[in-house]
Amino acid sequence: MTQRQPIDSGKVDSAWQIRRDRMRFHLRTLRLAWYAYAKDNAALGALIFLAIIILISLLAPVISPYDPAEAAGAIAAPPGTDGLILGADVDGRDILSRLFWGGRIALLVGIGPTVVATLISLFLGLTAGYFGGWFDQIMMRIIDVVFAFPLVLLAIVIAGVLEPGVWTVILAISIALTPYIARLVRTTTLNVKQQPYIEAARAGGAGDAAIILRYILPNMIPPVLVFATTLIGLMMVVGSGLSFLGLGIQPPDADWGIMVAEGRGVLRKAPHITIFPGVVIVLVALSFNFIGDGLRDALDPRRRSR
Amino acid sequence: MVEPILKVEGLKTHFKLREGMLKAVDGISFSLAPDEVLCIVGESGSGKSVTAQSILRLIDPPGHIVEGHIRYRDKDLLALSEREMEKIRGDRIGMIFQDPMTSLNPVFTIGEQISEGLREHLDLKKNEAKSRAIELLRSVGIPHPEERYRDYPHHFSGGMRQRVLIAAAIACEPDILIADEPTTALDVTIQAQILKLLADVQKRLNSALILITHDLGVVASMADRVLVMYAGEMVEYGDVKTIFEDPKHPYTIGLMNSVIRLDDQRDDELRSIRGTPLVPINPPPGCSFRSRCDAALGVCESEKPRPSSVDGGHLVSCHLMRQGGAP
Repeated sequence: MTQRQPIDSGKVDSAWQIRRDRMRFHLRTLRLAWYAYAKDNAALGALIFLAIIILISLLAPVISPYDPAEAAGAIAAPPGTDGLILGADVDGRDILSRLFWGGRIALLVGIGPTVVATLISLFLGLTAGYFGGWFDQIMMRIIDVVFAFPLVLLAIVIAGVLEPGVWTVILAISIALTPYIARLVRTTTLNVKQQPYIEAARAGGAGDAAIILRYILPNMIPPVLVFATTLIGLMMVVGSGLSFLGLGIQPPDADWGIMVAEGRGVLRKAPHITIFPGVVIVLVALSFNFIGDGLRDALDPRRRSR
Repeated sequence: MVEPILKVEGLKTHFKLREGMLKAVDGISFSLAPDEVLCIVGESGSGKSVTAQSILRLIDPPGHIVEGHIRYRDKDLLALSEREMEKIRGDRIGMIFQDPMTSLNPVFTIGEQISEGLREHLDLKKNEAKSRAIELLRSVGIPHPEERYRDYPHHFSGGMRQRVLIAAAIACEPDILIADEPTTALDVTIQAQILKLLADVQKRLNSALILITHDLGVVASMADRVLVMYAGEMVEYGDVKTIFEDPKHPYTIGLMNSVIRLDDQRDDELRSIRGTPLVPINPPPGCSFRSRCDAALGVCESEKPRPSSVDGGHLVSCHLMRQGGAP
């Protein structure tokens, strides 16, 4: 073997000094990331709004004034009557209470499938993009086939063959969504793989595992995370759509999509039944979009300037 | 003569393209003494970088090293497993790339990136790697290395990043440094600083340096020996004095005539080499340079010239040599 001169390391920090420095460094990074995020007013507002929605959903059993499945006032009572702030729906149930309860399902249906699909996609897309070869070929052809169907249609087909329910919605959307994220992961992987710093890393002796974990993943996560975050809102809408079609959450459970569906028959006479859940869906979906934009800034070291 | 630390023999790296076989490197041989500076010169696309990448086996499909031997000390690098090769890369042979702006991982601090190699190759603990990384940053002229250790690549200018990359490449005190056009992407004023740093580092480590460049001024100031490449082939190989004062190959002569020299005695204009470089995809038989050569003979059409020794270590691949007498 080659003989090596002993390396003079000079002054060496003690282990706890290193740990303390690392902790300080991470805290500083977090703080800078937060500054970068908070610079975007829309993202900050969206985060606050969403935090309130999540809190309300969690506290729904406590703060709901009425039982979401029982009549509490006159049929289609307009807002303000019978002591119901947002009025009652076609069955006389309190719309406010139903919105509170419906938030639980909406958030679950929005976040659940996106998280599941992202995790599956990270594995599939990274493997295909980094190693290429036959696995890549087969996976891309399957994805091409899936892309022939619109996402909603595919989700309808999958949900249609299963028992209706929350878990069906989550499963159906997860499957339908995976190809979209997997494709992004794959292209991003291919993109990062071509960067000169990958070749530099290889020239420095890094193996596949190190390159994937320290180079590809950290550089690929930001765009994927941003994309996934904006998808949460969209998947909420898709989930509401499935419930609207009767393939998802079943009445009398409260779900924003079902609430819109139930109100559409009396849209002219009692528009508030449709409008309130409709507006909430749009606002929450938009919030996820704004949060995605803010994350893009927070995750980019270049924007976390000192 | 000292035992060479690196010996490349008949290296051929070909790329299988749709248009045909691109013979990016086609039969390159040279040897490198343990403290020698070898400059590889040639136009863009002449195979300089591919030669360097081949030494570290960084060639990706559709490229393949189809022939040749690369001996490092007593090891044949082409026969090593990928795992064994990873131990050589960055440890015994370090590489510095052309574009410092994109050769650092943007999501990690430069300190982490330098420490990574140290912990990987030298088994240093985190704290040892850190203090050694700071020393390295200091040694390549980064001011306030303790603070800069925590900075991200985008906090640095191009010249400073190239210093960081040099620090990373020499972290494990390699026997061989390969610098692939390390100053091409930098300002002229910074170029001189980086070259001086490279020269200092090479002397301090007493390592061999392969410097790839197309700047003949750099060659004159840095090189011990020079390898001139054209279309993937070795055109001329010799020590720097010979190449500059007594070039034999028409291509080398053309190169020398195309640059301004301070010691120029001539009054006539700078001359360029006519035509454009040959792209060696399915190259025709004969000499690659003949279509641009003013002294081409009949035999140049049909037969590829082999390297022949002019005197001692001076090799020239040209039929004119065999005809006796320089052009």
